[in-house]
Parts: sequence; C-alpha cells; structure tokens
Amino acid sequence: MRSFQSMLNYFPEEVLEHVFDFLTSHRDRNAVSLVCKSWYTVERFSREKVFIGNCYAISPERLISRFPRVRSLTLKGKPHFADFNLVPHDWGGYVQPWIESMAKGGVNLEELRLKRMLVSDESLELLANFFPNFKSLVLVSCEGFTTDGLAAIASNCRFLRELDLQEIEVEDRRGQWLSCFPDSCTSLVSLNFACLKGEVNLASLERLVARCRNLRSLRVNHAVPIDALQRILMQAPQLVDLGTGSFGQDPDSDSYNKLETAMQQCTSITSLSGFLEVVTARCLPAVYPICRHLTSLNLSYAAGIYSDELVKLIRHCNKLERLLVLDTIGDKGLGVVASTCKELQELRVFPSDIHGGNAAVTEEGLVAISAGCPKLNSILYFCQQMTNAALIMVAKNCPNFIRFRLATLNPTIPDAVTMQPLDEGFGAIVKSCKGLKRLSVSGLLTDQLFLYIGIYAEQLEMLSIAFAGDSDKGMFYVLNGCKKLKKLEIRDSPFGDVALLEDMGKYETMRSLWMSSCEVTLGACKTLAQKMPRLNVEIINDSDQMEASDDDKQRVEKMYLYRTLVGPRKDAPDFVWTL
Amino acid sequence: MEGVMSHESDLNLKATELRLGLPGTEESTAKNNKRASPELVDDGQLFKLESDAKAGDRETAPASKAQIVGWPPLRSYWKNNVQSKKTEAETGNYVKVSMDGAPYLRKIDLKIYMGYSELFKALENMFQLTIGEYSEREGYKGSDYAPAYEDKDGDLMLVGDVPWEMFMSSCKRLRIMKGSEATGLGCGA
Repeated sequence: MRSFQSMLNYFPEEVLEHVFDFLTSHRDRNAVSLVCKSWYTVERFSREKVFIGNCYAISPERLISRFPRVRSLTLKGKPHFADFNLVPHDWGGYVQPWIESMAKGGVNLEELRLKRMLVSDESLELLANFFPNFKSLVLVSCEGFTTDGLAAIASNCRFLRELDLQEIEVEDRRGQWLSCFPDSCTSLVSLNFACLKGEVNLASLERLVARCRNLRSLRVNHAVPIDALQRILMQAPQLVDLGTGSFGQDPDSDSYNKLETAMQQCTSITSLSGFLEVVTARCLPAVYPICRHLTSLNLSYAAGIYSDELVKLIRHCNKLERLLVLDTIGDKGLGVVASTCKELQELRVFPSDIHGGNAAVTEEGLVAISAGCPKLNSILYFCQQMTNAALIMVAKNCPNFIRFRLATLNPTIPDAVTMQPLDEGFGAIVKSCKGLKRLSVSGLLTDQLFLYIGIYAEQLEMLSIAFAGDSDKGMFYVLNGCKKLKKLEIRDSPFGDVALLEDMGKYETMRSLWMSSCEVTLGACKTLAQKMPRLNVEIINDSDQMEASDDDKQRVEKMYLYRTLVGPRKDAPDFVWTL
Repeated sequence: MEGVMSHESDLNLKATELRLGLPGTEESTAKNNKRASPELVDDGQLFKLESDAKAGDRETAPASKAQIVGWPPLRSYWKNNVQSKKTEAETGNYVKVSMDGAPYLRKIDLKIYMGYSELFKALENMFQLTIGEYSEREGYKGSDYAPAYEDKDGDLMLVGDVPWEMFMSSCKRLRIMKGSEATGLGCGA
C-alpha cells in the first residue's frame, strides 16, 4: 500500500487531469475530489460541467471560485411541487445573479440548462452578449421571458448549437425572433420551440433549416402547417428527432401526399413528437413510414386520437423504447403496446380527463405492459383504479424499475377489489425493485407502506407522498430507513413535529424536504431552523393563512427546507419567511 | 369508498375531501359513501372541511366537482394545452353564419368538418348557393359569393388564407358576402 501511495504522489498533475477527463458523472467527480487535497485541486481546475440541484444551496461566486473553468452549468430552482401550482410564481429561483456573476468572473460559459427557474429577457440578453462561445440553452418549465429574449439569443450567439424550450409559457411579442438568426448562423444542431404559442416566419424557418446542415433535432410549434413541414423535411432528411407542430389539417389535400413522400426520405428519424392540435386520425398514416425506426414517441399532446387509431400507429413501432401517450389508448391498447414494443423501457400514460369520467386505463393495462415488456424500467401511470394483486404482479414481472410513479385520479382510493389499502402492492414494488431510485405513491396508504419503504428501498433517492399515512411513524420509517434519500416531498399527510424533529441531522444528507398541508407547527420549524444552521427552513405563507404572531402552535401550511452553504437567501419575497 | 367509479352523479367528493382527520380512517366514510356533497367552496380553491363529526348532517345538494389544487399531479403547461382541447373536442365549436340578404342566421359546428372543402359544401347546401374556387390572388372566382369570417380580433377576414386548424380556432362567426362587396375583398388593393 505504501508504495502505491507514493506512486500516486509522483503522478504529475497533467496525468491526473487526463485520467479525470474520463469521469463525466458529477457524482464520480465529487467522489474523486474528496480523496486528498491534490486530487481536489486537480479536479476543480479541470471540471467543466457543474450540476447544481438547488440553486440556493450555493452562491454563484463560490461556484466560480471553486470551478473557474466551468463551461456547462445545470441549475434547478423551484421545488418540484411548483409544477403542480403549489408554489407561487415569484417564490424565487432567479437565474440573473448567476449570469451576472459568470459574466463578471470571466467564465467561458458554453452551456446553460435550467429547470423551474425564473428567466428574464434581461438574463437572456446578458447571456447572449457576454459569452461569445455560448452554444447551448435548455430551459425546462421556466418562465419570465418573452420572444424578445429569444431574439437576443438568436441574433447574438454566433455559435449556437442548441435552443431547447420545454413546456414553457413564453409571452409572444410578435417580434419574429426566428428571423433574427443571421444568415451566417449554420451551427444549429437542435431547435425546439414546440411550446411557443405565437407565429413564426415560415420562410425564415425554412431557410434556417436549409443552411444548418448539422441539424439533428427540430421540434416546431403549432403555427407550422403541414405544407411547410413537408418542405422542411425535404431540406433536412438527416433529422433524427422531429416535433411535428400542429399536424391537424385537411388530409385530402396535395400537401398530405407530399408529406408522406417527405417522411419516406427521413430514414434517420428515431424520435417523434408534436401532434399539438386535435388530430384527425386521417393524417396519422403519413408517419407510418418512419414508425419502424422510432425509439421514442410522444403522443401526450395528441388529444382527439382515439384508441383504434393509436393502436394502428403503435403496431408499426416495434423498436420503441420510450412511449408517452394519453389514456385514451385504453387497457386493450396497452395490450398491443405490450405485444409490439418489446424494447420498451419507459412508459408514461397521461389522463385525458382529469375529472375521471370513463375508466380509460386500469390496473389491467399496467399488468399487461409489465408482462410484455421485460426491459421496462421507468413508468408514470395515471389511472382510475389500482389493486394490490396487480402491483404485486408488476413487481414480479419487472424487477428493474428505476422510476415508478403511480397517480390514481382519486388520491385516496383503496384496492378496487378488496377495498384494502394499497400498502402490499407498493410494498412488493420496493421489495422487488432493488434499484429503485424514484417513487411516487398514491391511493389509500397507511404507515405500513412507509415501513416497507424504509426497510426495502435502499437506493431510493426521491419519494413523493400525497394523502397517505396515519401518523408520525410513517415519516419516521422513511427518514430512518432510506439511506440514500435526497428529496422528500409530502402533501396532505398527517406527519407532524415529532417526525420532523426526530433526526434533524438527516436533512443535511438530503437536498430538500417539502411538507404542505401536514401537521407541522411553526414552533417545530423554528426549533429545527435554530438547531440546524446549515439548513434554510422556509415557510411559504402565500394566502396569508398565518399571522406573524408568536403562536408557535399554529400549523404551517407550506414548509420547504434545504441544505445550504450560504445561509438564508436574500431574494425571498414577503410571503416567504426564512426562520 | 365503494362505488367510486360507478356513480358519476355521486361525485365522490368524500374521497377528495381534505380533512383535519387522518386520511387512513375509514369508519365514517364507509357509512357515508352515498352522500352527495359537503359544503364546498368554488372549484379550484384549496378547501378544508370540518371534522368527521359533521359528516352525517351534510346536505345532499348537488355541487360542482371538487378539485384539489395540484391533484392529479400534472404540469400546468400540459393541462392548459391538452385538457382544454379535450373539452373542445367534446362540446363542438358552433359559430353563427350570416348571409347577406337572408332573414335569419344559421349555426354550424366547425368541428365536424375536416377542412375547407367540406365546410364549403355544407354552406352551399345550407344556403343554396355556389362559392367558387379559392385563389390566393383573387379570392373566390366564379361566383357572386365570398365566405368571410370574423376573427378573435374582430376583423373581417377572407376564409381560406390560413391553415384549417388555425381557422377553426380563430373563427368567431361566418359571413357569406354577396355581390360587389364580396369581390371587393378579393382584389389586390
């Protein structure tokens, strides 16, 4: 051992750096930097990609001082439940200070990926003007900017390769942002503006596609009609990923036939999405030519395609690895998926009617998929009903789940046959799927399930709980048992102060804890905040439910706590109290 | 919680009710699953109900569907863009159709037509007239009539310029124009 140790000491830094270059995962790099001081130093100067799961855990200045050569930054802002309207828009998560610091610090930023952050036009302008090598912007569920900001990016980022906007409400300023890409811009590899509501200049789009010979991924919005899409495809037969835009037109026209021909040329497309308008089934056959190559298919926006048409389409897709679909596919349709898509790894089934009118998919569909698709490892399933027997069967068929998310439309529904809680079913899942990292549970659930989770879910990193459990014991079982837990989010469950304060040190091993409509009191939150200075304990008082009185016994409606190295944040709005 | 799925009229509000009592306890709910509704506040508002003690004396008044904030857990962007479409798909898209000189207006459901050609056939049939050939340059040639529509901004537009889906979502009412007024729409000036 001693000679090995001294051998390592003789490695010049360049060699170490070269070795570290092979480490791409930030977790590996984090581990490496803990080995010794010299490895820490070499690693920090060579790290180019930084992932920050909570933008308030660290400050931009400290990021830049530790990783001066950072080129790619991923930041996440609001807590996950913000996706479901539980967090006010102006809670925080501003990207502006990060961009300002990096500009001041002379960072050579090339890539920025943001999730649930507030992005202003000013931020986008700064980004476009201060980072000459900027190449890639990916925004997911962000808000706060308009098409003017996009125009700044298009105009000024000379080497832009990727502009990817996912599920964002962007205010349309009618400024023809797409036309702002200069004629000299030929570097685009990926362009996704499917979520934009406004018009785009079709001629500019066609010219842009024609000159970007490396374009691999193009997702257009609803304003691009079929005849324009067809012309675009003729210019870009090399596309690998296509988002079709509205795709909802009169299929008798000449354009439809031209589209079918264009599709036949696109032999490289392996990923398909779009269908943003109510699609009449008559247009769908145009895509059949590319179906047999598809590995990814997203029909989750295609309201109005009914089961038999969906099924006809899917029968052509036997290489599918990833499928997103509405529950109009039905249990029978899922049976067809099970028999056709043997390579399926990820499935998401969304509810076409959240008021739960007709039971479109039930536990039967899920069981069929689990039986037919042995490679399945990730599922998000919205359903009308579920049974323990079905979940036990699924657990037996698919022990490889990494992500398992089930959402019953009625959040406290019991087993549809036995009327029992669904503890045993979900328990079977955690027991069987030893690699499970993410779990969302729903239905009638007692503390027993959480005992199972604490015992069996050894790799679990993220757990979402809603309307479940009986007592503090439930939460305790989870916090005590799941050693790798990083994010815990709980709503409307009877967990209170005792569970919250049982093991305060645990929260420093986690990224964050969200609790809303639970039994936690202000006093307990204050205690926690006082005892744990490296946690920010925030109370969100958005509907003025709480008074800033000293009544420590009042229940806290929304609490969000997270570990941080930089203390309470300075940009919290009035309704957020950091204790 | 019996009969959750089968009773569409029983809105099963008990299941979605938020109580200060523990969600696991079932005794009171099992007895009351045939009840219609507790007092509710408006749709979409997070509501808190009183404890189970009051369960027995609640009125059986019909109420709007209870909605819990943030459940089912779906991103708002997706909800706004898919759920609303589904409702549209079910209720139809009726617009008024007026014809210059006719004594009364008609109504048609744009949703049932696949495109412009079907729409024109229906209008020709309804009003006993011919619409003519569309051309970008000259509007509708070969007849005295031109189909126009009022869009979201209140402007009078010629039918046929924009893709069908776009037309369907922006058309508020139709107007079949006649004679010199009609040909005036189509000319280059």
